[in-house]
Amino acid sequence: MELFVGALTVFVLAVFVGFEVITKVPPTLHTPLMSASNAISGITLIGALLLAGQIDNPQLSRTIAIVGVTFATINVVGGFLVTHRMLAMFRKKK
Amino acid sequence: MIPPQVRDLIYILAAILFIFDLRWMSHPRTALRGNYAGVLGMVLAIAATVFSQSLDWGTMAIGVGIGGMIGLVAALKIKMTSMPEMVGILNGFGGGASVLVAGAAVIAAVSALSGSAVETVSLQTRVATVASALIGSVTFFGSYVAFGKLAEFLAVKWKLYTWQKAIKYGFSLIVIAGAGWYGFAGGIQPHGAGSNEGVMGIAIIVCGLLIGGILLRKKARFPGMDALKGVSFLASIGVGVMVVQQPENLMLFWVLAATAGVLGVLLTLSIGGADMPVVIALLNSYSGLAAAATGFVINNTALIIAGSLVGASGVILTNIMCKAMNRSLTNVLFGVMGPTSETPDADEVYKSVKSTSADEIAMMLDGVQRVVIVPGYGMAVAQAQHAVKNFAALLEEQGALVEYGIHPVAGRMPGHMNVLLAEADVDYDKLREMDEINAEMEQIDVAIVLGANDVVNPVARTDPKSPIAGMPIIDVDKARTVVVIKRSLSPGFAGIPNPLFSLDNTLMFFSDGKDAVQEMITAVKENL
Repeated sequence: MELFVGALTVFVLAVFVGFEVITKVPPTLHTPLMSASNAISGITLIGALLLAGQIDNPQLSRTIAIVGVTFATINVVGGFLVTHRMLAMFRKKK
Repeated sequence: MIPPQVRDLIYILAAILFIFDLRWMSHPRTALRGNYAGVLGMVLAIAATVFSQSLDWGTMAIGVGIGGMIGLVAALKIKMTSMPEMVGILNGFGGGASVLVAGAAVIAAVSALSGSAVETVSLQTRVATVASALIGSVTFFGSYVAFGKLAEFLAVKWKLYTWQKAIKYGFSLIVIAGAGWYGFAGGIQPHGAGSNEGVMGIAIIVCGLLIGGILLRKKARFPGMDALKGVSFLASIGVGVMVVQQPENLMLFWVLAATAGVLGVLLTLSIGGADMPVVIALLNSYSGLAAAATGFVINNTALIIAGSLVGASGVILTNIMCKAMNRSLTNVLFGVMGPTSETPDADEVYKSVKSTSADEIAMMLDGVQRVVIVPGYGMAVAQAQHAVKNFAALLEEQGALVEYGIHPVAGRMPGHMNVLLAEADVDYDKLREMDEINAEMEQIDVAIVLGANDVVNPVARTDPKSPIAGMPIIDVDKARTVVVIKRSLSPGFAGIPNPLFSLDNTLMFFSDGKDAVQEMITAVKENL
C-alpha cells in the first residue's frame, strides 16, 4: 500500500508539471510536441526490455515482451527522429 | 552491474530530462535542444535498466533491432505532408507496447506465484493491469483506424493502391487469425469441468471477427454502430472488473484487450477528417496514460512520470482543439456533424459568386501593403507549401507584408499547417495565431484563402442554428478583399454552404491549390 501511495503521488505531481510546462508551448510547435511526447511515452520500452530479458520468465511472457520491445522501439526511434526532422526545419533562419 | 538505488536515481534524472524536453518546446529556438534532452533521458533510462540486472541480451536485441530499423526507415522516409499518419501510427505502437508489457507482466507474476498465492497480487497491480490493457488496446486499435483514415485506405469507396490493400487486408487477417487461434487453442478446447474458458474463447473470436470485419467495410458508419459502441464500452468495463477479481486468469486479460479493441475501432471509425486533430491529440494522451498505467503494473517511476507528462500534454491539446471547434469532446466522439434541415440552399447562397483569374489577382495585388494567407487542409493535399512560400517572397520583394493566419484545427493534426510552412522555410514569426490576426483583419488588403472552408465560414458568427455556430473562425470576410482558391464550390466537412464565397469583396479562383499559386506567381512577375 505504501508503495502505491508513493507511486500515486509521483503520478499526480507529474500530471501537474505536465500541465504547467505544456500550456507554454505555442501552437506552431504542437505537432513536434505531439511526436516528442509520443516518443517519451515509448518509455514502456524499459518495461518491455526487463520482461523480455529476464531468463527465468516463462517463455510466453518473454515472447510477448519481445513484440512489446519491437513496438516500443519503433515508437521511441521513430518519434524522436521525426521530431528532430521537424524541429530542424523550424530552426533554419535566413 | 548497477545497484537498484543508482538505477532509480538515473530514472529521476531521465524524468527531469523529459520535463526539460517539453519545457524547451516552448520556443522554436530551444525546441531542438529539448529533443536532444529527451533522447538523452531515454538513453539513460534504457542503459540504467539493462545494466541493473543480468538480462539475456540476445532476446532484447531482436526486438530493439527490428523496431529500431522500422522506426528509422519510417521516420526518414516519411513526407512532411504525411506527418498526421505518422504521428497517428506511432501513438498506436506506444499503446500496443503498453498492452503487451502488461500482458507479459501478468504471465510472469502469475507463474512466479504459482496458483494458490494469487491473493498476494496487490490491488494496485490488478487495477493498473486493467487500465493498461484497456487504455492501451483502445489506443492501439484507435490509432490504427486513425492512421488508415488519414492514409485513406479505411472506410473509403475508391480503389486502393497495392500497399494500401496489403495493410488493410493484412491487418484484418492477422486480427481474425490471431483471435481465432487463441480462442480455439485456449478456450474452445475443453480444459476441464467448471471452467468458462469456452465462453472466453468465443468472446475473443467474436471480438476478432468484429474488428477484422468492420475494418474491411467501405463505409465509416453502419446501423447499430452506436449501440455496439455502448455494448463494447460496458463489456470492457465489466471484463475489467472481472480481471481485477481474478488477475490469475490470463485468458480474461486478453478478452479485455479484445473488447477494448472493438471499442477503440468504433470510437475512431466514425470520426470525420476535420475532427482528426482532436482524435490524434486524444490518442496521444491515451498512449501516455497507458504507459503510466504500465508503470503502476511493474512499479517503475520512470514510466509513471513520463507517461503522465504525455497524458497531460495530450489532454491539453485535445482541449485546445475542442475549443477551436466550439464542440465538446463527447460531441466529437459520439456526435455527427452535418447539415441541418435549416441549412440554406447552396444555389441560393452562391448566386452572386464572382470568379476570377490569376491575371486579375496579380493586378489587384499590385502595390498592396498587407496580405494574409489562410491555409487549410487543401494546401496539404495539393502540396502547395513551397509554391506559397515563393509567392509570398515575390510579394515581399514588392514591399508587401505577407503573413499567415493559422486556425488551430486547420489540417489533420494540431500544428499541421505550421509544419508544412516550416518545411517550405517560412519564418515562424510570420505564422500568426487566429486571435492575433483577427484583431488586425481590417487592416489587411488581401486575404488569400487556400484550401480552407469551414474555418473561414462567417456563418459561425452569424447563424446560431448552423452546425458550426459559435466556432471561432478566421474573419477573412473583414479584410478589404478576399481571394478564395478552391477547386469547386463543394462544401467543407460541415456540409454547409459558405456565404463568404459570394460576398461583394470575395473573388473565387477555381483551381488546384498548387497550380493556382504557380499561375499567380507567373502573373505577378509579368505584371512587374
